[in-house]
This record gives sequence, C-alpha cells and structure tokens, in this order.
Amino acid sequence: MPPEKTLPEANELEEVILEIVILGLNHNTAAVDLREQLISLLRREGETQTFFKGVPGLDEIFFLTTCNRVELLFTSEDPENAVRDLTDRWAAGLEEPLSQFLPKIYVFRGDEAVRHLFRVASSLDSMILGEPQILGQIKEAYRESVRNRNTGVILNRLLHKSFSVAKRVRTETGIAGHAVSVSFAAVELAKKIFRDLNDKKVLLIGAGEMAELAAEHFFNNHVRNITVINRTRERAEELAGRWQGQSLPWAELSAALFETDIVVSSTGAQEMLIDAAQVRQIMRKRKQRPLFFIDIAVPRDIDPRINEMDNVFLYDIDDLQGIVTQNLAERKQEARLAEGIVAEEGLKFRTWLKGLEVVPTIVALRKKFDELREGEWKKNSSLLDGMTDEQQKGVEMMMEALVNKILHDPISFLKDFGHEEHKDQKINSLQKIFKLDLGEGKVSEDTNAEPKA
Amino acid sequence: MTLFFFKCALGLYLLGTLGYILFILWQVRTLARLSFAVLFLGFTFHTLSIALWTYDKGYFPIHGLGESLSLFAWAVIGVFLIIQIRFNILALGSFLSPLAAVMMISSSFLPSQSGPVSPLIKNLWLMVHVGTIFIGNGAFAVAFLAGIMYLLQERQIKSKRPGPLYRRLPSLEVLDALNYQALIIGFPFMTLGMLSGSIFAQYTLGSFWRWDPKEVWSLITWLLYGVLLHGRLVSGWRGRRSALIAIAGFLVLIFSFLGLNLWVQGYHNFSAFKAPAIQSPVSE
Repeated sequence: MPPEKTLPEANELEEVILEIVILGLNHNTAAVDLREQLISLLRREGETQTFFKGVPGLDEIFFLTTCNRVELLFTSEDPENAVRDLTDRWAAGLEEPLSQFLPKIYVFRGDEAVRHLFRVASSLDSMILGEPQILGQIKEAYRESVRNRNTGVILNRLLHKSFSVAKRVRTETGIAGHAVSVSFAAVELAKKIFRDLNDKKVLLIGAGEMAELAAEHFFNNHVRNITVINRTRERAEELAGRWQGQSLPWAELSAALFETDIVVSSTGAQEMLIDAAQVRQIMRKRKQRPLFFIDIAVPRDIDPRINEMDNVFLYDIDDLQGIVTQNLAERKQEARLAEGIVAEEGLKFRTWLKGLEVVPTIVALRKKFDELREGEWKKNSSLLDGMTDEQQKGVEMMMEALVNKILHDPISFLKDFGHEEHKDQKINSLQKIFKLDLGEGKVSEDTNAEPKA
Repeated sequence: MTLFFFKCALGLYLLGTLGYILFILWQVRTLARLSFAVLFLGFTFHTLSIALWTYDKGYFPIHGLGESLSLFAWAVIGVFLIIQIRFNILALGSFLSPLAAVMMISSSFLPSQSGPVSPLIKNLWLMVHVGTIFIGNGAFAVAFLAGIMYLLQERQIKSKRPGPLYRRLPSLEVLDALNYQALIIGFPFMTLGMLSGSIFAQYTLGSFWRWDPKEVWSLITWLLYGVLLHGRLVSGWRGRRSALIAIAGFLVLIFSFLGLNLWVQGYHNFSAFKAPAIQSPVSE
C-alpha cells in the first residue's frame, strides 16, 4: 500500500522535522556503465518505489533516471540513516565495495538539495549546458511519482517550483539560446540567410550520418522538400523516403543544384565535387537566388572560394564547429545569470518551507480559542435559551468576530517572515503565552530545547 | 502651437530612439513595441505641426534647411511606420530612429527662415512636387538602411564568426525584400515628384528643365534607382549589389539635398525661395 501523503496534521509536523535530501550520481561522478547498472538494478527490483520500502524514515520520494543521472530526492526525518541505508543497498545490489561506490555518489541536504534540483531542472547540471530534454524528463518522472502517490506537500511544491525556475532560467537567460550541435548550427544559419524554410529545398549529397542529422533538423524546421543524391541509389531512396523526399541519380547533380536552396554535402569523395566555375554558372542560371552550401565532408567536397561569391554562402565542418564552440562559451556566460536565479528561488522556497513550521501553532491557537468560545456558549446556555433564534445568531457571530480579531495579531506576528532567525523563539513564546499543548505535551518539552536548525 | 507640436514630436522621437537603441542592446521585444508606439505618437504630433504650418502659410515647410530636414524626418518616419506594419523587422527601428532623430535635432537648431516668400511657392504643383519627392526620400532612406543592414548581416555570415549583430538582424532574404519594397515605394514617388516639379517649372518659369544643379543630381539619383529597379526586375539583381546601389543612391540623394544647398547656387536653394529670387533664376 502506498504511504498516505496528505497534508501533514498540525501535530505531526511539529514533532517531525523533515529534511529534503538528494542522493545520486551523474555523468560527472560515475561512468556510464555504473549508471546503466544502477538503473537496471532499480528496474529489476520491480516498480522503482518498491525498492525503497523499508528504508527508515523515508517520507516523500521522487526518483529520476536519465541517461546521464540517477537521482533520488526524498524527505526524511532521519536523513543520516536513510542515506546510509540506501547507499548500502545500492552498493550491495551493484556488487561494488562501499568504499569504491561512495566517492561516486553525492548527497545534498536542505538548501543544497533544493539548489541542486533547481540546477538540474534548469539544465545547469547537464552534460550539454542548457539542453532542453531534462525538464521533460523530470516532469515525466514526477507524473510517475504522483501516480504512485510517492510525493506529498513538500516535494509537490518543490517540483512545481523547479519547473517554474527552469522556465524562468530559459526565458530570462540565453542558456538555451543558440545551437550547440553542428547540424543545428547549420539550420540556424539557414534561418539567417532565408526568410523562412517552408518553401526551401534541401539537397543532400552523400548519405553520411551527419548529413542525415542535418536533414532531420531541416525537416523539423519545416523544410518539406528534401532531395537525396548518392552514388548508391538504394541508400538515397531509403533516406529520402524518411522525409517524403525524392532521390536522384548521381548524374543529375548539376540540375539538382540549380533547383535547390540548401546543399548538405557529405560524400567520401577524395576530390572536389563542386568547383567555383560550376557554382558561378549555376548562380547566373538561377538569377542569383541565394544558395547555401553546408560541406560537412572531410576532405571537403566544395571549393572554399565560392564563399566569396555574392549570394553564395559556404560553411564547412570547421566553420560550424567554430560556431558551436562560440555558442557553448556564451551559454557558460549565461549560466552565471542562471545560478543567480536558482539562488534567489532557493531562498523563496526556504521561506515557504519555514512557513510550514508555524502552521501547527496557528492551528492549535485557533483550536484553543474555538474551544473557549464553545465552552462559554455552553456555560451560558440557560441565558441563551431565552433568546430568539435571530438573537442567538447575532451573539454567535459577535463571538466569532471577537475571536478572529483577537487572533489576528498573534497570527500575523507568527507569519511575519521578516525576522527569520527569531522564528523558533516566536513560536515558543506564543505557545507559552497561550499555554498551547501540541502533541500530547511533547512539544512543551521540546520548546524549551535549543531551536532546531 | 506649431512649435509646441514640433517639440512634442522631437521629444517623442528622441524617446523612441532611446527605446530602440536599448532594444538592440538588450533584446527585450517589449521595448521595440513601446518605441514603435512612441514614434507613432511623435509622428502624429509632427504631422499636426506640419499641417498647421502649411495651413498657416499656404505651402509646405521647405522654406529653410531646418524646415526641410524636419519634413525629411517626417517622411522617413512615415514610410517606416507603414513598412514596419507589413514587415515587422524590429531591428529596423534601431537603425532608422537615430537617423530621423539626427535630422530632427539639426532641424531644431537651424534657424527658422523668415521674411517674405515668393508668391510662386504657393502653388499646387509645387505642393505635389515637394510632397512626392519627400515621400520618395523617406522610402529611399529605408532602402539605404536596409542596404546597410544587409551588408552588416552578410559580413557576419561570410566571416564565419557571427557576432552579436548576427542575432539581432533579420535574415538576408528579409533585408533584401525590405530593400526592394522601399525601392518600389520610393521610385514612383520620386518619378512623380520630378514630373510635377517640371510641370511647375514650365508653369512658372517657362521651361520643363533648366539644368539646375539640383535637377542634374536628382536626375542622377533617379537614374541610379531606375537602374537598380530594372536590374532587380529583369536581371535578378539582389543581395549585396542591390544593397550597395541603394546605399550609393541615398548618398547622392543626401548630397543633392544638403551639399548643393550649402555649396552650389541654384534656384532650388532655400535662399532662392525668398522673394523675388525664384522669379529670376540664376543665369549661367
């Protein structure tokens, strides 16, 4: 049976101080085979959440696996033991000595854990900085967690917050700004040469993997006219079919160049396929309509001098690589801005979390006053009986209003987050003043103790 | 009141220019949209100012260089506002508004011409001449800026090291289309302007064409744009070449607008508008 995950009762919360913990490993700390083994171990143990059954003190859990990371986010009243127990289980399952396993994992607690999650969601911790998939993966994992009822008040809030942090980072910084792959850089360039790609034609010369990837990107960016020319016609046909394109025999290269707008060349040819004179002639024939060559073949297929012609643009693999390097550097710059946003949102989350601590006191305070009100009502029942229903209603409303007004100040005193460091003292004083009894007298002892960190 | 509206227009243009400059630096789209609205408001005031002036005096404010510059700026902004609605090239405003702002600032510093004017200046054909020529000028200013933006963007792409401008400027194809669009607005207006001007000349001075330096230079400008238009339509000229010709055309245009007034004598000169100069054109 999945654990109950409703909003914690007032008493529960005060007794148990839950801490947010992240335990995991990623592409920086562990090699891919270890990550794979761990994922398959967790899968083998059945539904991932059952694997955590019996770990002491686990409250809410959220489990994330991607090809670059395995992370467990949880809240626990006993984080030390939970972490120890989990790492023992993982190490045992992997048949790896604990001493070797421990350096490969990281543990974040409290604010650090919140920050880490926000960084992961914002793709600041990704192998390719700013890559967009991770947020989708977290959302999917979260949906799974919700289905299994693994998360509760704290993690629900935390994960939703991480989505909005990621969104903020994405819109307010340029971290996901520009292409960091060669094939996507080519698409971006095409968009700076042509108005829109819908009506443009792409010609693939050769059918290498890179060319395939580039064509895929062009297709995803609304190019609907893709032609493939290859020395072996079958391969050309097969590729063209993938994008509802057409294939042409090798002999028709010249004609195809006349028709197309974007050329992606990636043949294994040792000599130049397209020379300057040929391009000059084609340009005259096509009335100078711009032509964009992407030469990702090594050795190159296309005469580099054609870049000097008007309305002809040529990028080779090194040029594209140069752009990618430049964009990556830019993302790193933007990442610093993003870290600021993460820190800021982390603080906001902490404020909310701290706010949870005063909830039980407020509830107890309300309860006490309501009881007092009801007591007085009963005590004076004989007096009240002599009244009409309307009069009784009036008295009742008056008492309620009075209670509300009396409580207004102490409650806002509690809720005032201005002096974070005095919060525990505030709670203490209020509980003493009103003789609040939280959780069968346990709290009155607690309140005398040192404020918990 | 005319002056007040002019100052409102000037202030709003400066504000819009600032907004557009900040936009190109920070890339906040809202800034561009706001600046567009501010320029539009400024244009409204400017139009009011010019309309009042014209209503008051009976002819367009072309009396002095200052006034002409203001009219020029008005035309530039006007054509921009229309083209922008169709093309929505946010970066265009960042290039164009400073140009208009410089014209307006110069205009506000140049002394206003006063004194009697030739009665001939209050003529319908002259009104048509001035109106169409200035709209043509405004369009050519846009073509000029489109050309500059094209060359900048082309340089970014061909250099293989695209910098910050690369992202801020639209695609080459869009810039080329903008150049063309401005040209096909500007050319007919300039043609109309020259025709109405020569009709005016025939009507008042007795001959269609007088080889006045401004006329000669305008003809050169017109031919340049004509060649460009022809090249575009017939020979598929585009891109860099079109950009260069549009830039050259506008430089010649500016020269015949400013340079000739300052250095060369002719009946198009502002001083000639004073009575009775226009009746006795310079005879070489």
